[in-house]
Amino acid sequence: MKIKTLFFGVARDIVGKDELLIDVQGNTTIQDFEARLLNQYPDFSDIRNFAFAVNESYVDRNYSIQKNDLIAVLPPVSGG
Amino acid sequence: MNDRISIKISVEPLNIQTCFDFVRDDSCGGIALFVGTVRNHTAEKDVKQLDFSTYEPMAVKEMEIIADHAIQRYPIKRIAIHHAKGLLKIGDLPVIIAVSSAHREAAFEACQFAINRLKQTVPIWKKEFFSDGEVWVNAHP
Repeated sequence: MKIKTLFFGVARDIVGKDELLIDVQGNTTIQDFEARLLNQYPDFSDIRNFAFAVNESYVDRNYSIQKNDLIAVLPPVSGG
Repeated sequence: MNDRISIKISVEPLNIQTCFDFVRDDSCGGIALFVGTVRNHTAEKDVKQLDFSTYEPMAVKEMEIIADHAIQRYPIKRIAIHHAKGLLKIGDLPVIIAVSSAHREAAFEACQFAINRLKQTVPIWKKEFFSDGEVWVNAHP
């Protein structure tokens, strides 16, 4: 399944795009997804400090990606 | 949206009076106001300007969650949380939080709770521009 993935802040700089369609197998967790991003883009060396959102809410690394999910890769926030 | 909560992310300059007017109420004896301002230095380097980017739909949701929690946790009447996006210069206002309550303690505490939580959970990212380059704040904590 093709999963739309959004990138923000330094993550956008690393990928060079705001969003990608990433092909994902069934039973892929956020942890698997994170490992794959790191493998594909080694500049994500501190991705363990990043958060992931699915459909605009934070999820933990155990979350299993579902069809039609919208993933967001969120570096440590710095608002305020 | 709950009529006790005002949430906004804006490319226009934030307005303190708007936040104050939203929260003021005849039943309230006090209003706490936190105003963030762009500082001219960080780690001894001169900051020229900041650029705030946001995952806006999620940021609005997270700000609503913070406001809901503040209302559940503290006896407050109303809360406004407004954040700027885009380019800001020294002295501009990235964030305003206003809280009204019958007695001052709740307003102070809820205001501090809201700004602390905002800095932890709301997906907004600040890029600092110096004379010799630019950096995402917190990108490499």
